[in-house]
Amino acid sequence: MFAVILVALFAKSLAPHDPKMINPAMMLKPPVWVDGGSSLHILGTDNLGRDILSRIIYGSQISLAVGISSVAFAGVIGVFVGLVAGYYGGFIDNILMRLVDSFLAIPTILFALVFLTIFGPSVPTLIVVLGITNWVQYARLVRGEVLSIKEREFVKAARSIGVRDCKIILRHLLPNVISPFIVISTLSVATTIILEASLSFLGLGIQPPTISWGGILSDGRDYVATSWWLATFPGMAITITVLAIIFLGDWLRDVLDPRDNH
Amino acid sequence: MGKFLIRRLLQIIPVLFIISFVVFCLVFVAGDPVALMLPEDASPEDIEQLRESLGLNKPFHVQYFTYMLGLVQFDFGESFRYKESALPIVLERLPATLELATASMIVAIVIAIPLGIWSATKKNSPLDFLATGGAVLWKAMPNFWLGIMLIILFSVTLGWFPVSGRGSLSHLVLPALTLGTGIAAEMTRLIRSSMLEILNQDYIRTARSKGIREFFVINKHAFRNALIPVVTITALQTSTVVGGTLITETVFSWPGLGQLLIQAVNTRDMAIVQASVFIIAFMVILMNLLADIVYKILDPRIKYLKGEDICRSIHRLEIKIQQLQVQSRERLISLSVGCDFC
Repeated sequence: MFAVILVALFAKSLAPHDPKMINPAMMLKPPVWVDGGSSLHILGTDNLGRDILSRIIYGSQISLAVGISSVAFAGVIGVFVGLVAGYYGGFIDNILMRLVDSFLAIPTILFALVFLTIFGPSVPTLIVVLGITNWVQYARLVRGEVLSIKEREFVKAARSIGVRDCKIILRHLLPNVISPFIVISTLSVATTIILEASLSFLGLGIQPPTISWGGILSDGRDYVATSWWLATFPGMAITITVLAIIFLGDWLRDVLDPRDNH
Repeated sequence: MGKFLIRRLLQIIPVLFIISFVVFCLVFVAGDPVALMLPEDASPEDIEQLRESLGLNKPFHVQYFTYMLGLVQFDFGESFRYKESALPIVLERLPATLELATASMIVAIVIAIPLGIWSATKKNSPLDFLATGGAVLWKAMPNFWLGIMLIILFSVTLGWFPVSGRGSLSHLVLPALTLGTGIAAEMTRLIRSSMLEILNQDYIRTARSKGIREFFVINKHAFRNALIPVVTITALQTSTVVGGTLITETVFSWPGLGQLLIQAVNTRDMAIVQASVFIIAFMVILMNLLADIVYKILDPRIKYLKGEDICRSIHRLEIKIQQLQVQSRERLISLSVGCDFC
C-alpha cells in the first residue's frame, strides 16, 4: 500500500514519459516482451502512442485522491448521523434509519450515475457523489456501536452527573466508535476506487485529459480484439491497489480490535 | 408472523416515499428538459408553450404533487426519446436483466457452496488458502475489467463465445460468469465462516460421537444451519447484484435495464431514469423483505427487537452471566473442600 502511495506521490519522477504526450509513430506498440514491442515503452502504448506505464503511474494519483477524500467526506456524514441516531433513539432514530434504508435500496452506482448526469462529471462532484452514496454504511455501524456503548456505566455516570449530551457524544461515545470506523473506512477506500473506475469506464467519472485508471480501461475497450494490453494493465493496477488496501484493512482490524479474531 | 409482516410492509411506504422525493428533487434540480425535446431552432414561444403543456412553469410543490399523483397510477411520464410512456419501456427490458441476474446467481451458488463447505471442512489446508485467496482476489477485481479479460480470452483468442449481445445460451455464459464469480467470492467467504462457526457447535460434536457419517454431519447438520445467514445476506446483496448488472450489461452490450438506463442517463431522458430507478429500488426493497421473511421462517429463534429491547436483553443476560459466575465459583469452592492439592 505504501508503495502505491509512493508511486502516486512521486509520479513525476517515476514515470518514464509524459503521460499525455501523443506520438503517432508509436501507436499501439505492444509490451516489451511481445514481438514488435519497444524497450522505450515497457507496457506498450495506446491508440495515440501515449506510454501506458506512465499513464498508469499518473492514474494512481487521481484514484487514491478520489478514494480517500470521498471516504473522509462520507465518514463525517455517517459518523454524525450514527451518533445522533444511536444516542437519541426514538423518533430521530426512526427517521434517520428510514433515510438509511432508502439509500440502501438504491444501488450505489445507480445513484452516482443519476447524480453525475445532473451535476455533470468533475472531480469535486465525484467526491461528493461517492461520499453521499457511502455515508450509509458508517451511519449503521456507528449507530450499532453507540446503542451498546450508551448503556455502559461510564455513559450512565456522565449522564447522572449532568454532563451535556453534546459533550457525552464527543468525549465518551466518539472515541469508542473510532476503531471500527477506521477499519471499515480503510476497506471502503478499496470499494470506492473500484466504483470511481467503474464510473470513469462508463464515461461519467473522471473526464479527459485528467488521467484515471477507469478512463484508460474505457479507451482500451475498443481495442480488445487487437491490442489486449490497453485494457489489461490498468485493470491489474486497480486490482493490486485494492488488494493492498484490503490487506491493510485486515491488518488494522487485527491491531485495533483484538477481540475480533474472525 | 402476521404482525411482523404488516410492520415490515408498512416500513416500505416511507422508504418508497423518500426515494420518490429524492429522485424528484434530483430531476427538478437537473433543470428543464424542454431544450432537449425541441429542435435547436425552436422559437421562445414554442419553448414556453411546451413548458406550459408539461407543467414545468408551475412551482415546486405543485409539480411534486402532480408527479406523486402520476406515480400512484404508475405513470412516470413520457420518454422524449421513444415518444412513449416510460414504464412499459422499462418493463420490456426487465426480463433480460432478470435473466442475467438469475444466471449469475446460479453460477455463484454452483461455485460458492462446494467451495465454502470444502474450505471450512479442510481449514488451513492448501486448498483452503487457495479458496480464500481466490475469494479476496476476485473481490479486488473490478467487475467490468474481469468481463473484458474474459472477452479477450474466450471470445477473441479462443473464439468460444460471442463478444456481445443476447439470444442464445452462449451469449449468456460470459456475462453470467463475470457477474456470478464476483458474487461467488463474497458468498464463499460467508459460507466458510458460517460453516466454521457451526462445526464448533455441540450438536455437531454429538452427531459425530453418535457415529453419523461425516458426509451427513456436514451436509445435513452443519450446512443446513450454516445456510440461514447465507440466504439472508445473499438476498440483501440484491442491490449489489443489480448494480453489477448495470456495468456488465454495458460491457457485453446486453439489452437489459442497465443498458437502457445508461443510454437514458447519457441522453438525459429523465422519465426513463426515474422509472428505472424506482423499479430497481422497488425490486431491492422487495428482496430485502423476502430475506427477512425467509430468515424468520428458517430460524424461528429470531425475534425482531427494537434497539432498547436489545439493550435490555443484553443487560438481563449480563446479570444472568454474573449470577452463573458466582454460582460456579461457589461450586468450585465446595468441590475443592477436601482436595489434597488445594
